[in-house]
Amino acid sequence: MSEPRTLFRKIWDPHVVHAMPGGPALLYIDLHLVHEVTSPQAFEGLRLAGRRVRRPERTLATVDHNVPTGDRNLPIADPIAAQQVRTLTGNARAFGLPLFDLDSPDQGIVHVIGPELGATQPGMTIVCGDSHTSTHGAFGALAFGIGTSEVEHVLATQCLVQQRPRTMEVRFEGALPFGVTAKDMILALIGRIGTDGASGHVLEYRGSAVRELSMEGRMTICNMSIEAGARAGLIAPDDTTFEYLEGRPRAPKGVEWDAAVERWRALATDPGATFDRTITIDVSSLAPQVTWGTNPGMVADITGRVPVPSSGDSADARGALERALDYMGLEPGESLQGLKIDRVFVGSCTNARLEDLRAAASVIRGRKVAKGVRAMVVPGSQRVKSAAEAEGLDEVFLSAGFEWRNSGCSMCLGMNDDVLGSGERCASTSNRNFEGRQGKGGRTHLMSPVMAAAAAIEGRLVDVRQLVAAGDRQGERTTVSAGR
Amino acid sequence: MQPFTVHTGIAATLPRVNVDTDQIIPKQFLKRIERTGFGKHLFHDWRYLPDGTPDPAFELNAPNMLGATILVAGPNFGCGSSREHAPWALGDYGFRVVIAPSFADIFYNNCCQNGLLPVRLEDSAVRKLFAMAERGVALELTVDLRINRVTGPEGFRADFDMDPYRRHMLLEGLDEIGQTLRQELRIAAYERRMEALGRLV
Repeated sequence: MSEPRTLFRKIWDPHVVHAMPGGPALLYIDLHLVHEVTSPQAFEGLRLAGRRVRRPERTLATVDHNVPTGDRNLPIADPIAAQQVRTLTGNARAFGLPLFDLDSPDQGIVHVIGPELGATQPGMTIVCGDSHTSTHGAFGALAFGIGTSEVEHVLATQCLVQQRPRTMEVRFEGALPFGVTAKDMILALIGRIGTDGASGHVLEYRGSAVRELSMEGRMTICNMSIEAGARAGLIAPDDTTFEYLEGRPRAPKGVEWDAAVERWRALATDPGATFDRTITIDVSSLAPQVTWGTNPGMVADITGRVPVPSSGDSADARGALERALDYMGLEPGESLQGLKIDRVFVGSCTNARLEDLRAAASVIRGRKVAKGVRAMVVPGSQRVKSAAEAEGLDEVFLSAGFEWRNSGCSMCLGMNDDVLGSGERCASTSNRNFEGRQGKGGRTHLMSPVMAAAAAIEGRLVDVRQLVAAGDRQGERTTVSAGR
Repeated sequence: MQPFTVHTGIAATLPRVNVDTDQIIPKQFLKRIERTGFGKHLFHDWRYLPDGTPDPAFELNAPNMLGATILVAGPNFGCGSSREHAPWALGDYGFRVVIAPSFADIFYNNCCQNGLLPVRLEDSAVRKLFAMAERGVALELTVDLRINRVTGPEGFRADFDMDPYRRHMLLEGLDEIGQTLRQELRIAAYERRMEALGRLV
């Protein structure tokens, strides 16, 4: 009988084209996702060396990072951004790659459209010049971010030279309480292990709480694996995965579908297989999470307080705490609840899928955005946008006072015009609260879609469980179920 | 790629933890379609005051750190975004080596792809360098990849590990894509094998 293997090894091993003696592996890449910001120099490299794209049909390109989310009929106002978008269009044409451009009904954030087109499938190796490629691990695909030189490498060879990472098991056990979501699970993990807690590792998320999650919730968790420093995040495929994929444009059909599902069912960690590390988190005692600092590990329960720098366990830690509080304009020991906000961003590859928008809308329905707060929804893809409009979610957001935008990365990283002003405080469903991430001097608090929606209504950070409970007493019906 | 064997230069110290690539090169500078010209934007939001003049409070703007070719920083350097613009900016500014107790994985790979040597030194060794800089010692370091060693003033000596493959690529300045293309027969055989199994559609 063969040795018990982890899900990671079941994907890694059959993709090794050549194991270099005593060194890294040459790994075959099944799907390469390309966007406008990290690819121009790679295509230029191919041109200079007279190289072609080895497998154009295993490559999929879209524009997302710097595109405007306003009126799509207007030209892109920023000439440098426009040039970058034009460059990708030209490169896709020259090298024969499928491209979902601004006019395509399938355009969207690369990590949203891969799954929704059924291009992301269990057992695959997937790369993209973007750290949030880890999102696709929700399907039991080994998916990780790479730099532009490696983008060029994959374009030219359909392979990558990779050291085999170590593995870490993350067990989420128990039932999620009311108002607590997939976003809170992953933020709680990062808070516990830190932003480099999983460096050099591929995480496999397991346990009863993971099995209960929808694909959207699983994507939210895998998406932020990189924020713990992980190379990738994985979740074994199951019926939830197959139901999501069946019938999608690029998913196998007919007998091929049946054969694929049979093969995918084997993609689970064998009993007795070992991980290099394991951590278990009981989700039944989790509260909604909110970041207070300048990296995603600086996170606390919404009912908690900003830390006091003198509590740091080293001079470095105390210095980092002081710096973060100073940047965020917070007092040591200040309560998180009640912190006044200026902006709300519901969007990003972390939390801008249909289920996320439904969850936020469930909190907003019948309520108004607080005076002085500017709130926007940026759907993860044009498909998400149309699906949301088909069920009237746009009306819910618009009548509450939200802006309803076209899809793109938008204010997650502020490469387009959607940016925070200096000193502005934002409740955001995105993935990074680094200094200046959403705009120079901007202050980002990461949270779930329902928590961001609640903040929009109250104009300050609030515990969504209390807001919704109060609404229920007034006879309003709300469901708070993002990621479940 | 430019080979890396040995380098001697002035080291600048940045005693901060978890320096992310958004700080190394902020997003407003990622729209260029070239690999060059990012150096002037390195650490932009930390380095410049709102009026565009250098912020004297930022570590790299100290007079004795100008012209530095080695950067010494705290743990988890280069975390966050995969943007290769970060090592491009560091290289374009003039850095040939980055020393830290630990690096984020993608950033580490990106450095190696560009002949910018990432050196993992023990935390205690990095602290020694910070302390010397704090005392005003001119931090001239020699980083020798042939013997995996960093040496400097006051008898400073620290050895580092690097995986043999990366080290070889850097020492020889090899083009990794060129190397992989030499495996064409293996790649083609792999694709035929997978197609026969119905795995490559």
